[in-house]
Amino acid sequence: MFKNFSKLWLALGVFIILSPLGLIATGTAFGEWGVDELQEEAGFIPAGLERLADLWTHAPLADYGIAGFDASFIQSAAGYILSAVVGVVLVAGIMSFFSKIVKD
Amino acid sequence: MHIPDGYLSPQTAVPFIALMVPVWGVAVKKVQEKLKKKDVPVLSIAAAFSFTIMMFNLPIPGGSSAHAVGAVLLAILLGPWAACLGVSVALIIQALVFGDGGILAIGANCFNMGLVMPMVGYYVYKLVKGSSDERSGRALIAAAIAGYVGLNVAALFTALEFGSQYHLFQAADGTPLYFMYPIKVAVAAMMSEHLLLAGPVEALVTALGLRFVGSTYPHLLLESASFDKFGKNSGVINHV
Repeated sequence: MFKNFSKLWLALGVFIILSPLGLIATGTAFGEWGVDELQEEAGFIPAGLERLADLWTHAPLADYGIAGFDASFIQSAAGYILSAVVGVVLVAGIMSFFSKIVKD
Repeated sequence: MHIPDGYLSPQTAVPFIALMVPVWGVAVKKVQEKLKKKDVPVLSIAAAFSFTIMMFNLPIPGGSSAHAVGAVLLAILLGPWAACLGVSVALIIQALVFGDGGILAIGANCFNMGLVMPMVGYYVYKLVKGSSDERSGRALIAAAIAGYVGLNVAALFTALEFGSQYHLFQAADGTPLYFMYPIKVAVAAMMSEHLLLAGPVEALVTALGLRFVGSTYPHLLLESASFDKFGKNSGVINHV
């Protein structure tokens, strides 16, 4: 899995290490505000939205960070890089299952 | 562009899931028919790349942010159906493990970034590239335009989906139940961010990604050069 496309894996590794650059943008994307941000953003929290917003609260690395480990940029960056590694392993791992069902 | 839970009514979110299930079925079938075992590592890397590139939030003046997706690069390298599966898996992991994008909204998010974006990007690329070589300057320009258009069409769909909620679902007192701004506001905000900032970055990512693969593993592109506009493929890598 790694030997044939080592340069592509290496490039992916570089992106993982550089990923904390994504933390420089501190603003929330349009239409992705959390319930805690909505009061300030819109002045109210729509009833239906509030009912559904917390449908999934089991994300182990919510917001690409380690809970309680975000006191400094270094901590956030470490959580962000860990998240990138976990995400890459999971996504690449799941996609690799296609080798079981495709032709030789 | 990851719609969180609560921004779409269940009446909107559930049909998108119902739509995506058979789409994923078709995509698996296409990938099974056309992709070969030796192509799977490229699919793994490309899907993981899409996951990672979405973490690069770009600051937008006024306190917002946006990001590239990488879906069009996947579509150019592996075909739009393989791109659909790769980006969908990245989006599902983002929702479950990182709380980025909703669970009920997963169908809409996969539709926008995992279906619309690679499909639009793939055909724009083919159209602009014409019969030029996959490693030509024209192919790089085609990739840039395809990335730009693909991301922006996906952003437009996203804006229409949540923007429409304001008009469709209101409480008895007239307050919106889900997304809280009119469709005009949603479209204006989403499109200005993606047309001016995230789109050009997606264009760059798509063209530079194609160039990088072309210079490191030219056979991946040379094989796909035999893929003619009628969809017949005599090459080793089949676009699916």
